[in-house]
Amino acid sequence: MTFEPIPLSEAGTGNKMRLTRIEVTGVMRRRLLDLGFVPGNEIEVLQKSPLGDPIAFRVNNTTIALRSEESSLIWGKRLGG
Amino acid sequence: MKTYTIALAGNPNTGKSTLFNTLTNMRQHTGNWAGKTVLRAEGTFQHLDTQFTLVDLPGTYSLYSNSADEEAARDYIIFEKPDVTIVVLDATSLERNLNLAIQVLEMTNQVVVCINLIDEAKRLGIHIDIRKMEQKLGVPTVAISARNKTGINELLSQVLKVASGEIVPSPTPITYNDEIEQKINELVPSIQEMLGDRLPARWVALRLLDGDESLLTTMKLWLTDQDSYKKEEALQYGQTACH
Amino acid sequence: MGKQLAISAPSQLDALVKKAQRMGTGDSIRDSIVSDIYKTTHGICREVVQYEDQQKLANSYQLDRIFTSKIWGFPIMLAILGLIFWITIAGANVPSSMLADMFGVIEGYLTAGFLAVNAPDWLHGILVLGLFRGTSWVISVMLPPMAIFFPTFALLENFGYLPRVAFNMDRMFKRAGGHGKQALTMSMGFGCNAAAIISTRIIESPRERMLAILTNNFVPCNGRWPTLILLASLFMVVSSSGGIQTIVTASIVMGMVLIGIITTFTVSWVLSKTALRGVPTHYTLELPPYRRPQIWKTILLSSRDKSWSVLKRAVIVAAPAGVITWILGNIFVGGDSILTHMAAFFEPFGHLIGLDGFIIMAFILGLPANEIVLPILLMGYLSSGAMVELDGLDNVKEIFLQQGWTWLTALNMMLFSLLHYPCGTTLFNIYKETKSKKWTLLSALIPLAIAIAVTFTTAQLARYFGWV
Repeated sequence: MTFEPIPLSEAGTGNKMRLTRIEVTGVMRRRLLDLGFVPGNEIEVLQKSPLGDPIAFRVNNTTIALRSEESSLIWGKRLGG
Repeated sequence: MKTYTIALAGNPNTGKSTLFNTLTNMRQHTGNWAGKTVLRAEGTFQHLDTQFTLVDLPGTYSLYSNSADEEAARDYIIFEKPDVTIVVLDATSLERNLNLAIQVLEMTNQVVVCINLIDEAKRLGIHIDIRKMEQKLGVPTVAISARNKTGINELLSQVLKVASGEIVPSPTPITYNDEIEQKINELVPSIQEMLGDRLPARWVALRLLDGDESLLTTMKLWLTDQDSYKKEEALQYGQTACH
Repeated sequence: MGKQLAISAPSQLDALVKKAQRMGTGDSIRDSIVSDIYKTTHGICREVVQYEDQQKLANSYQLDRIFTSKIWGFPIMLAILGLIFWITIAGANVPSSMLADMFGVIEGYLTAGFLAVNAPDWLHGILVLGLFRGTSWVISVMLPPMAIFFPTFALLENFGYLPRVAFNMDRMFKRAGGHGKQALTMSMGFGCNAAAIISTRIIESPRERMLAILTNNFVPCNGRWPTLILLASLFMVVSSSGGIQTIVTASIVMGMVLIGIITTFTVSWVLSKTALRGVPTHYTLELPPYRRPQIWKTILLSSRDKSWSVLKRAVIVAAPAGVITWILGNIFVGGDSILTHMAAFFEPFGHLIGLDGFIIMAFILGLPANEIVLPILLMGYLSSGAMVELDGLDNVKEIFLQQGWTWLTALNMMLFSLLHYPCGTTLFNIYKETKSKKWTLLSALIPLAIAIAVTFTTAQLARYFGWV
């Protein structure tokens, strides 16, 4: 079974995603790339902040938190079941 | 007595400042939040009759001028040309950390890669084949634990060898996709003609293609006057803002 | 030859840039560069790194399920903050009074020595009652809490908890127009506002950084802790005793901190809607792995460093301030000391905001460093004729009562101390960091206006309802 790409902000906690597209632009795009939010890379949705936002992601064995403004512009496909 | 200048580069949270303190025998509390390395900190130490000046660059994820920190670290490596740059990597997240290492290796071959927190990695069941890593990168690679002071002598002996020219590292170049490689090849001859070997031509070509505005501005200043580009002075380590 | 190169190179460079631009630059090139580097690093890691057990690795960040959980995230955070305050207050009591006693004994010997050599009164006044007393006051009040507060904070930092605070709090700061990392610069402010101003460099976006700079003053720094703690324990706690008193004191101090935090949010929000309007800048925050701190090393290093800096500052700032205050309090013009004249001048204004002229004087003379506000105040009171010899913290209450203090005076002095302008060092750092006289001035005027408005309101309300 395959999954349609969804924004990371909508992927539930605990899911592993393969990134497909980054729609963020400018310096923030550069920063995201440097941190490993690169199309093709695999990330895991770890944990929401107590107030729901930001969300922490596991990328390249590091934990990075993003606000929904950015994570809603990063797209990925769910991996596995 | 010969004095070498050594720069420490690395991601935030890799224990760079701990290594700095270990080497220079300083005992300051380290940490990003309380005592962030601003611009750069300097200290000195001796190893086998050789005097070293150690420069702690700010911890950054990359050297592509996304922030003042990244610019400061990049400017130091590319324009000040330290005798050796030690790239400190966190053994528990090598993928991301290698990203920076590779950026440094594109700028200079005078590099020693230092994999810190190796004890932490062992505890987490992460095994790293250091010799293979060294082969892959093409530069001396040492595993250490800065806080438990293991591997420090090995690190220093490699640093000394690279500084003295006993070892001339030849970093394995990254191959980019055909489109980029072709553009690099088009640019490199004119860059070499203009700069000679004052700056690495391939790296400059990549930065031009990336449209790195801030670097270009600094480069122009540097080309006009080798000293005027410097923005701010280095701080002595442990000099704090308060009290 | 270098010269010729130097002249022609920039224009040559421009030509090169144009050439590169024609080839097409920008996001797509950047993307490929970074993703090719990542392909390489992934390739290297696949061959070089072996993971024995992914689960073990996953466990290293499982703690976040608790520390940043919906249910436990905030309670744990508040509990930790409360615990730090409690440890600081409870732990500092005994060493503080021991130091005060010790300095009292030394002062006795010094006085005896001055008498023995028939030194003039003014010399004894300047050196012993001014310089020595001012300095020893600052040391005995400041040293113990700082030697406890900073190590506990350093432990939390080394453990990796602080970035989690930024993670938990970000949503609130975002609402107020700020950055989650502002929570951390605020935490630093609990230690030292001046250092916190420098630490705002961790906030990369200029707008949010300016918010953090302008509002940092609203978290009480180590120079203001003693004022808050002392006043809370002397006046706000009426008839409880022992352990309960410590807890009540800690709660009052916590309450002050909450007021400070609410002010921070409000001011951030107002500024981000007015002077610092703009879209919230982008945000990434790394949550580094939890690491077991080197407990004793951290504690020893941190308390040593802090003790040293408190001592240094006591000598640099408190000693001259002690001398100046003594001189002002002992040069008499028309029957009253200069200090009394100045206090009298400020008295009407002080009364308006529930304070008195001496308190206003102390805050003005205390601009270089907040920790000298209380000592200056006490010296002012003592020199004004109150026949109380200061030989321990318990006497302070008596002195205040003799000066007509009520709970309102204590409350408003706490509020004023919490809210008023940052210390001289902090202002200097703000100027260095912002390179703007306008923002530096605002960073002093905004808090001052708020401090006056708040204390004026409480004073008028309390008097209107006849509570005092």
